[in-house]
Amino acid sequence: MTHPSDTGPAPVLALEDISKSFGAVRALRDVSLELFPGEVHALAGENGAGKSTLIKTLAGVHRPDAGRVLLDGAPVVFHGPGDARDAGIAVIYQEPTLFPDLSIAENIFMGRQPRRALGRIDHKATHTATAALMKRLGVDLDPERPARGLSIADQQIVEIAKALSFEARVLIMDEPTAALTGSEVARLFGVVRTLRDQGSAVLFISHRLEEIFEICRRVTTLRDGALIASEPLDGMTEDDLVRRMVGRDLDELYPKQDVEPGEVALSVRRLTREGVFTDVSFDVRRGEIVCLAGLVGAGRTEVARAVFGIDRWDAGTVEVDGKGLTNGAPSTAMAAGLALVPEDRRAQGLVMEMSIERNIGLTGLRTTVKAGLMDRDAERSRSLDWAVKLHVKYARIADTVSTLSGGNQQKVVLAKWLATGPKVLIVDEPTRGIDVGTKAEVHRLLGELAAEGVAVLMISSDLPEVLGMADRVLVMHEGRLAAEIPRAEATEETVMAAATGRAAA
Amino acid sequence: MPDSLTRAVRWDTVVGALLVVLLLLSFGTVDGFGNALNLSFLLGNTLPIALIALPMTLLVVAGEIDLSVASTAGLSGAVMGKLWNDGMAIETIIPLCLLLGVVCGLVNGLLVTRLGLPSLAVTIGTLAAYRGIAQIVLGSNAVTDFPTQYLDFAAGRIGNSFVPQAFLPFLVLLAIAVVVLHATPFGRSLFAIGASEEAARFAGIRVRWHKLILFTMTGLMASLTGIFWALHYASARYDNATGLELSVVAAVLLGGIDFDGGKGTLGGAIAGVFLLGALQNVMSLLNVSAQSQIVVTGVLLVVSVLGPRVARQISVARAGRRAASAPTS
Repeated sequence: MTHPSDTGPAPVLALEDISKSFGAVRALRDVSLELFPGEVHALAGENGAGKSTLIKTLAGVHRPDAGRVLLDGAPVVFHGPGDARDAGIAVIYQEPTLFPDLSIAENIFMGRQPRRALGRIDHKATHTATAALMKRLGVDLDPERPARGLSIADQQIVEIAKALSFEARVLIMDEPTAALTGSEVARLFGVVRTLRDQGSAVLFISHRLEEIFEICRRVTTLRDGALIASEPLDGMTEDDLVRRMVGRDLDELYPKQDVEPGEVALSVRRLTREGVFTDVSFDVRRGEIVCLAGLVGAGRTEVARAVFGIDRWDAGTVEVDGKGLTNGAPSTAMAAGLALVPEDRRAQGLVMEMSIERNIGLTGLRTTVKAGLMDRDAERSRSLDWAVKLHVKYARIADTVSTLSGGNQQKVVLAKWLATGPKVLIVDEPTRGIDVGTKAEVHRLLGELAAEGVAVLMISSDLPEVLGMADRVLVMHEGRLAAEIPRAEATEETVMAAATGRAAA
Repeated sequence: MPDSLTRAVRWDTVVGALLVVLLLLSFGTVDGFGNALNLSFLLGNTLPIALIALPMTLLVVAGEIDLSVASTAGLSGAVMGKLWNDGMAIETIIPLCLLLGVVCGLVNGLLVTRLGLPSLAVTIGTLAAYRGIAQIVLGSNAVTDFPTQYLDFAAGRIGNSFVPQAFLPFLVLLAIAVVVLHATPFGRSLFAIGASEEAARFAGIRVRWHKLILFTMTGLMASLTGIFWALHYASARYDNATGLELSVVAAVLLGGIDFDGGKGTLGGAIAGVFLLGALQNVMSLLNVSAQSQIVVTGVLLVVSVLGPRVARQISVARAGRRAASAPTS
């Protein structure tokens, strides 16, 4: 590892052997990082590698369990985001949070406007200060303009101006370009270069590798919470970087059995939801597990929601067993044999204050009925049956699901949908946030379902999971299907290449 | 028994016990409370609240509310009076008025489900609008000369007892409402919608359709109540049943139906209705002014939102201790 400190100025901000755990999850393990004035530094890593935790540690949101934060070489402890801000550290998030009805100037000086006599707000001074900030950033935005109606790009500029007004010396930009167009990215990079030349340190996070190579000098790569490397980008290739990000050994056991794929069960043709995803076509056959990979925000969840009928689509068709589904109607999708285990189990998968029995029962409201009334015995035995089959750990079937652990809640969601005997099962991030043991159980279960002839479509951001489970990998990039990769050719490199928009596929 | 039910039952028991205490105290200490005439007044005056409380309970369980019910009742009474004055047969008028109630409910339901507006705001608007239409229809007239057999039915009692004749049809409607809410897939869906609309949608429940049905049924029941009101008091005026929505909502919430939706039982709601009805009756006997009675109802409304929450927190704390000591297998 090279140490620019040997030759250049001292780091303005440094992390030293930082560790942070959430329960049993070790989000960061002995991670160190140095940020120098006048440098743009990339932070790279897959989803879940620990980038967010690291940012939040720098921003004073999390306090590290071990390790030190050094500001100008002196150890500091941030008791909250306010401390970090006062120390000159500012975070620009992907989705800025401005007050839409206030002007740009008012947003920047919210709560600390210059005052005149009797505590009245000095609008003129606010305006002048804002105009000066805009000039310093080299952008042309009217300070009196309301924030409502500003593009995401302009809102980010306002956030950056706000950070400068706090005398920020370190700017952390968390995927600032995710929602920007090409020309907006160019303008943002102009602002970033201006800041760099004025001596600020910028920590830049992006999933778009070409951006990292364009704007950054050095890169720190995290994987599974551990520091992989902190090095200059000079002489590195995109492939080198991808390898550092994903270079995990694939030695975990995934129980996907080889099943001879049967008839097409789910057929999606030219599905489009304007501004969300475009022209998405694919088939899933009986006995097949097809994974939908891609970066967060690529449109995978949105496709699943539209297929199941939660959101309407603007064009295209969805068929289950050759029968077309009605646009925007989950009840008909269910009747056709489709099941969706949604991304957010607490808000979408479960009614948290209802019992395990009744949550599983919710998908049986049409079947556990006798003479128009709920058949409570049938409902109970159906729920018990599936709760036991999936090894849900509970005290009483009548306990509310909010009393269960995350992994057991996820099993209840699976039970709820498997009880419908689906022909096509869509699972969206089925193992996110659940422990390793339950994760393996879920994988085994999905493998068994496929072996029984269920068509499984799995959305996952966990690459080893995708590679271990999938018969085929569909990769989405910016709302489109970027690649279809058969199991034999699917590697972390090929999937990541397609997901980050490099034309490798 | 499911936890959600046992918790609600606890609050039901509280309300039921309060009702018994109030009745015993009143029989013992309030002059004129126990005689048959007063008891028939009590039941007769409480019936309009009880009738509208049936669909209102289902609506609040599903996380919505309808504040326009009293205006729908007033409008139905006014239209009934107007048509009767114009010489139409009462056998034609009543179905027409019920249809009007359906339309009023449908308007509320469509505004809420199609435009996604909050029901609180929508039905405050239609509260004013429906009442205004009632005044346009009937002006300041009072129509009193409805056919005797209808007036007799609405005001009459069963034999020599103190029970109003109209109480029997109410019991039938109550039984239907209990079955619908607590024993059908429809009712089960309402609890899911009220507790988490998003999760209900992801479970394939047609949320908007359920809500539309509820608003329509509420309109129908409100107009039925308006017809009953005009006949019971032998007076159709545009301002009939003004303020009744306050009593209905107070009673339903008092009965343990969670304002946020997803929790409660019809038994509790009905106990709340008769607790409020008995309280209003006792206050009248004690010569408490009408204005003061409204104050009491308002205070009760606030207390009833607070009460079940406190009770639930206590039972959750208990459940927590139980779970902590239970074996986890």
